[in-house]
Amino acid sequence: MSNEIAILGVGMHPWGKWGHNFVQYGVAAAREALQDANVPWQDVKFVSGGATVRCGYPGYVAGATFAQALGWQGAEVNTSYAACASGSQALAAARNKILAGGCDVALVVGADTTPKGFLAPAGGYRPEDPDWVRFYLGITNPTYFALYARRRMDLYGDTLDDFAAVKVKNSRIGSKNPRARYRKCFTAEDVAASAMVADPLRLMDICATSDGGAALIVSSVEYAQRIGKGDAPRVAAISTTTPTFASSVVEMPDIATDSAAAAGVEAHAFRSTLPLKAYEEAGIGPEDVDLAEVYDLSTALELDWIEDLRLAPRGEAAALLRAGDTAIGGKIPVNVSGGLACFGEAVPAQALAQICELTWQLRGEAGDRQVAGARVGITANQGLFGHGSSVIVKR
Amino acid sequence: MSDKPLAPAIEGWHTMEVKPHLIGTQCKECGSYFFPKNTAYCRNPACDSTEFSEVELSRTGHIWSYTNACYKPPEPFVATDPFKPYAIAAVQLEKEQMVVLGQVIEGVECEQLKVGMPVELVLEALHETDDDIKMTWKWKPVTR
Ligand SMILES: [Zn+2]
Repeated sequence: MSNEIAILGVGMHPWGKWGHNFVQYGVAAAREALQDANVPWQDVKFVSGGATVRCGYPGYVAGATFAQALGWQGAEVNTSYAACASGSQALAAARNKILAGGCDVALVVGADTTPKGFLAPAGGYRPEDPDWVRFYLGITNPTYFALYARRRMDLYGDTLDDFAAVKVKNSRIGSKNPRARYRKCFTAEDVAASAMVADPLRLMDICATSDGGAALIVSSVEYAQRIGKGDAPRVAAISTTTPTFASSVVEMPDIATDSAAAAGVEAHAFRSTLPLKAYEEAGIGPEDVDLAEVYDLSTALELDWIEDLRLAPRGEAAALLRAGDTAIGGKIPVNVSGGLACFGEAVPAQALAQICELTWQLRGEAGDRQVAGARVGITANQGLFGHGSSVIVKR
Repeated sequence: MSDKPLAPAIEGWHTMEVKPHLIGTQCKECGSYFFPKNTAYCRNPACDSTEFSEVELSRTGHIWSYTNACYKPPEPFVATDPFKPYAIAAVQLEKEQMVVLGQVIEGVECEQLKVGMPVELVLEALHETDDDIKMTWKWKPVTR
């Protein structure tokens, strides 16, 4: 039996720094998705929300918050928190509900409003909290991305020009995306002129945080066929696996990795294990993928993801980039939405936004950003505390 | 620097000797190392031990990667005024088969570092309080 569900409709509130309540973004995205699906709100029997931890109690119970804002109609609700993978986990909950026969149609929605300035940990002397420890020792978020980037340079010969080229590529295509926050075409000179934050990463290599909201209307394949949408793009796989001990790449906010010293224990790199379950579940391989939406928290990280998704052998993503193969028209376009470089991160909405882009692409409705003949797309993202996800959408 | 007494920035995470060591724990059952100390339940999924020995970790290793901080981190970091950028290294410890982060000693810049370079652990001031100088571990390229 197939584990697939259909994506009947998608919607997004444009990303930006709007300063509104997160509920507003989620509702706008949900209404657009409902309209896109041409499904009445009353037919949605499950609302699965991605939680935001920055907006008080309504954010912790996001599923219920959105259900109320759209008008209570008796649907069951769920709220998922999984850092950057929150949207995927909320989607997984909806898929389980549908496949178990608990409902025909579900709404999956995530939205966030970002605070102004730096999100610093609570004060005091709290060495038991790894987040407190690393800030006390002077280790910030860009530190981790910079460590990964520098390792690429020393091991594979990646250059600052390569990292800038990722930004240039993503800004060029993202400038054509009306939902993106940053729509200027940046040049390599612009990147080089921006301030160094954490060597080798400059300000323009690192993504910002944004407000935004994204939503999906998903259903059983039978329901989709019943309403004449049997050819809608389908969710073919969702991987939200956790790391395997010993996790060997130092991850935010930790100060050290696991130890792989014990007998029978091997070192594992979390990011590269995430897509394995997705490929297995979808019954396809990297060679079948037409496009990818990956979490470019930094420009260099996009190159890591390309290799983690097995779209290039380890160390060869930059060669793919230099050949233009990750740009639109290339062999394997990456982040044709413009990626985080053009959106900035709206945590509980971002994994869903990636799926929205794949859906438009697979329906051939991506306009200036259309990847010709796209039939299979994959997403990848990773956040704090062992959360991450990879979703495969196919048509 | 003042003549205030030296105190560890984080109590019990490293020794205060001239050639210091980070203090971690090792599972008595499977031999996994932990830093910071884990004394509750072993995190090796194949091991259900709750017995740990406190151990001094290797004070030398090789650079896994490195970067720097060009901007002042938020609190609880205590910055000098004006802020002085510093390098940061992630260091692979051979015996423990783990990577530990830390600042690199003052005066060493990214240009002087390389993945694979041998480094050793030293103590250096993190910041001063009214009463003492808070010391922390830092990585120092091994020169010979
Ligand atoms: Zn053990």
